[in-house]
Amino acid sequence: MSSAPTHAAPRPRHVLPGFGLTIGTTLLYLAVIVLLPLAALLLKAGEIGPDGFWRLLTSPRTQASLQITVSAAALATVFNAGYGLLMAWILVRYDFPGKRFIDALMDLPFALPTAVAGIALTALFSKNGWYGEILEPAGIKVVYTVTGVAIAMAFTSAPFVVRTLQPVLEDIQPDVEEAAATLGAYRGAIFRKVIFPAILPAYLTGCSLAFARCLGEFGAVIFIAGNLPLKTEIAALLIFIRLEEYDYPTAAAIATVLLAAAFGILLLTNAVQAWQMRYRAKAK
Amino acid sequence: MTVAVQSSGKKASLLPRLLIGLGVVLTILFILMPVLVIFAQAFSKGADTYIANILHRETVHAIILTVVVTLFVVPVNVLFGVVAAWAITKFEFPGKKLLLTVIEIPFSVSPIVAGVIYILLYGGQGLLGPLLEKFDLRIMFALPAIFLVTLFVTSPFVARELIPLMEAQGSEQEEAAVTLGASGWQTFWHVTLPNIRWALMYGTVLCAARAIGEFGAVSVVSGNVRGETNTLPLQVELLYHDYNAAGSFAAASTLTLIALLALVVKALLERRVQTRRGAGH
Repeated sequence: MSSAPTHAAPRPRHVLPGFGLTIGTTLLYLAVIVLLPLAALLLKAGEIGPDGFWRLLTSPRTQASLQITVSAAALATVFNAGYGLLMAWILVRYDFPGKRFIDALMDLPFALPTAVAGIALTALFSKNGWYGEILEPAGIKVVYTVTGVAIAMAFTSAPFVVRTLQPVLEDIQPDVEEAAATLGAYRGAIFRKVIFPAILPAYLTGCSLAFARCLGEFGAVIFIAGNLPLKTEIAALLIFIRLEEYDYPTAAAIATVLLAAAFGILLLTNAVQAWQMRYRAKAK
Repeated sequence: MTVAVQSSGKKASLLPRLLIGLGVVLTILFILMPVLVIFAQAFSKGADTYIANILHRETVHAIILTVVVTLFVVPVNVLFGVVAAWAITKFEFPGKKLLLTVIEIPFSVSPIVAGVIYILLYGGQGLLGPLLEKFDLRIMFALPAIFLVTLFVTSPFVARELIPLMEAQGSEQEEAAVTLGASGWQTFWHVTLPNIRWALMYGTVLCAARAIGEFGAVSVVSGNVRGETNTLPLQVELLYHDYNAAGSFAAASTLTLIALLALVVKALLERRVQTRRGAGH
């Protein structure tokens, strides 16, 4: 990464063959697989109309599910913001036995199917589980609570913060810090004034990606949540239930909300990334 | 990379140790233990029961279906990834940024929403529902639906690995080859492919892992017909709700092994990419 060649010379346009074929195939595939189904949702949402939307979304059960989803996702993201920063820092900055193993483990939540993560976490935290055995007598109930929902969300979204921070931390030249240290800056000050501003865009990107993932998480959550309406029922599950009842308008309305939230976050992270590019370009 | 520790001298050594300790303990509790509990539960009734559970007719059927879906979906999305990466990194055209965003859309769509949009397109009340009915075609709650949503969910994986790499590598080598008279296909095969093969493999592994493990989207569109449209992750859920914990965790353990295998392959591929880059300088 350190020595990406600079393309100073303007390259002649379309020297290479295959533009028509590749761009055509790409657009066609995306149209059929991604855009057409999305258009179906938007059409359905359009049919419902603003009034219908309002009515469907303000039902107590829908409201509760959206609220539970957002608060659990926020809780999970706060945890991952701390955990991710810690892990990225120790994996980039320090050497310790088992580091390669720990580094590899960081990807596990993405590799593990969400349903598998869901039953595993439920087994750990249930009354007779390895963690539940200790926590429940202490009065901490995780299974069938919003805490449980947040833990499941945190697990499946854990890699986002670590993996977005790692490359940026690696890019920070140690000599900048050394210079700061030589000039007498304390470690805390170095972190706040030199390192943190440099990693902030990536940090925000990682956190918002994690949050977006939490909002839509389904497989990991439904097992540990117990899915009590108004208490631990997340929006994604309510969509599923409405679909099973053939209540497509409500399912479509909630799905539109989740989709809009996801797109909003995607646009936000793209803006942050553009900002980061400028920041890094300026730094070089 | 250990500069920070050493340069700050003795006083600094306590904080790094604390941080490393905290990080390792949290990772073991939070990431590793869920994996261990799967195997502990799967083997809770002994190895014989475990094997019997894996060889149960419905579970075997779910394994086969999952393999079939993966073998169909992965090649399609590998091809899509390569084609899209070629179009995006080798040519300049307006709307490129928008195209990149569209490619990434499936990553930010909830699996459940992915299922919903396909139902609203191909379902009985869906956009194309009447048309499909006229020709007596059934997509929803059947195999085609599972193929389609899995295609949707896994479509960005390969493209996303290839685009940044090919962008960084530039096109000089390919342009030289074409100028010297190589055909486009020869250029791709002999010049581009060797440069991108590890990233391509890596993207393929990620794509396959997700195709095997996708739950939410498949759950919405499959119709959950026992022994018919149940993929392995759905079978895990079904057994779990049947209060057959050992059976559910046995099925889950096979998925976990695949996930662990994917991680090992990923680690190996990453090392290759790094050593190749190192050797280049």
